[in-house]
Amino acid sequence: MITMEKTLLDLEPGMQGTIARFIGNPGFVRKLRTIGIREGKNLTVVTRHPLGGPVVIEVDGREVTLGRGMAVRVVVDVAA
Amino acid sequence: MKTVVLMGNPNVGKSGIFSRLTGTRVITSNYAGTTVDVSRGKTRLPDGPAEVIDAPGTYSLTPTNPAEEVAAEILGEADVVVNVVDATNLERNLYLTLETLERGVPAAVALNLWDEAGHQGITIDVDGLEELLGVPVVPTVGLSGEGIRELVERLGEARPSATIQPMSEEERWVAVGRITGEVQKIAHRHHTLADRLAEASIRPTSGLFIALAVIAAAFLAVRWIGEGLISFVFEPLFDLYTPIVMRASELLGPGILHDILIGRLIGGEIDYVESMGLLTTGLFVPFAMILPYIVAFYLILSILEDTGYLPRLATLADTFFHRLGMHGYGIIPVFLGFGCNVPGALATRVLETKKQRFIAATLMSLAIPCMAQIAMVFGVLGPFGLQYVVMVFATLALVYVVAGLILNRVVPGECPEIFLEIPPYRAPDLRATATKTWMRVRGFVGEAIPYLFLGILVVNLLYSVGFLDLLAAAFAPVMETWLGLPAGAAVALLVGFLRKDLAVGMLVPLGMSPEQLVIAVTMLTIYFPCVATFVVLLRELGARGMLAAAGVMVTTALLVGGALRVILIGF
Repeated sequence: MITMEKTLLDLEPGMQGTIARFIGNPGFVRKLRTIGIREGKNLTVVTRHPLGGPVVIEVDGREVTLGRGMAVRVVVDVAA
Repeated sequence: MKTVVLMGNPNVGKSGIFSRLTGTRVITSNYAGTTVDVSRGKTRLPDGPAEVIDAPGTYSLTPTNPAEEVAAEILGEADVVVNVVDATNLERNLYLTLETLERGVPAAVALNLWDEAGHQGITIDVDGLEELLGVPVVPTVGLSGEGIRELVERLGEARPSATIQPMSEEERWVAVGRITGEVQKIAHRHHTLADRLAEASIRPTSGLFIALAVIAAAFLAVRWIGEGLISFVFEPLFDLYTPIVMRASELLGPGILHDILIGRLIGGEIDYVESMGLLTTGLFVPFAMILPYIVAFYLILSILEDTGYLPRLATLADTFFHRLGMHGYGIIPVFLGFGCNVPGALATRVLETKKQRFIAATLMSLAIPCMAQIAMVFGVLGPFGLQYVVMVFATLALVYVVAGLILNRVVPGECPEIFLEIPPYRAPDLRATATKTWMRVRGFVGEAIPYLFLGILVVNLLYSVGFLDLLAAAFAPVMETWLGLPAGAAVALLVGFLRKDLAVGMLVPLGMSPEQLVIAVTMLTIYFPCVATFVVLLRELGARGMLAAAGVMVTTALLVGGALRVILIGF
């Protein structure tokens, strides 16, 4: 399957992808990993709030809300 | 005495286990040097009594916020650790489990939400997990109490893990994956109707409607519970108390002591709202007018929290509050502030950084009138027409937004973005909810009422020596020239420091036009918090923070008051 890298913020609601890597310091990476957002996991974008609002994703059946500044630093592989 | 520490991720039902272990004799207080609340209680283990500490929820021992720092520090106090693990989400929870076991502290694991895991088609090999972790593992259901007895019994076997040795972060992630793979089986599960309904509450449009409905229902419930408590509990209590103070009034006779303790008699009787004595109004206002609503607000908040709705509300509110330098949880101080600003000020602790707490506290003091005040605004302005009431609230809403946008720009400091897990909806654990409400109410009584009492004493003294009139005379020119209000309004504004609702009432006899009333009422909300809120803010923000906040308040009040005067009355 051909995949392409996108940031989490580029994914439209309903789209799925596989978490590839994070852009940020070790503290940022740990924060994401310990809440369950880890490399290799599949995620689904549940909703993206308009007007600069946060993004809600689902990983392992759990929903997590994160701000756009964080979402843009999560790199996801999506089917091209 | 042994110390048992409960460690676990947020939203794993840790407080449910805590209340099962400890019962009701629980103390919640700030962890030394922080604004993080920690609950402590007592329990009985097979080898004697023990103290139980409920550490704040944390995802790891390498902290990313103050609550997690406290959790990591509390671990140092532990003789035994109970690691509460969400059985429906084993993989994520195991990271903290491994980190904890690596510390070499005696531990046991409570596999909580065991019933829920079963419903979701998740099976965990408990014996296998116990072998891999090298510590006792007990399935529990905090809600029903299932497994708690076994957990307590097996705490005796808790010892440092022989199988888990210190490792690097990367090794730990590998170990988490390996252990999960070995012990957990998940039957594939399709999305149910309930899942879709749950998702509707975090989507922008449907979520907004649900949020409005929930907030409206919450306020109705608060009002209903609050009024019920007043008329069936607190007022009857004061009816019993009245003969005692009347007797005291007779014994004291007229004089300064009478003025301070009993206050003025209205038509030969004690009027609990207007007498203003320490033993009359000073007791009645906090206990019979504020406390019932505080109880109601805290109860509703605890229920919203325990059902899992709050993180959804925070997600929806984030778009708005993020602009103002806070994030979604900024809605909590606003919600509570509408009841009483004191719990609102205490609730600014849900925000992580100093900057965020400063903004939340300042905006609440500026633009969120408490319930008593709202009632008076309707009472005073309502007869002139609803448009005047709308003017006041529209102005306050505008002040909240504009001041927030400005403060976000000029206040130095960090504004971390929203980042939270949305737990599944759960039926609230009534025991845990009741315990939490009770602890919060007790916190309020301890932290606010003594100061309210003190405030009434001080203002009474100042009033009786004529200082307030002096001060009012000094402010009269500002009132007349800048705000277009009669000089007498200055006294009302000063009394507002003590009791905002009563101050609104004092504006009535001044015979002002509805436009003037709008200005005066709006000013009264903005210019300064009441004395009880002031004291709490002083402690939450520190003297420098409070001074800065006060500067913002007075400046805003003068600007807004001046602008309203020009718009409503002209020059």
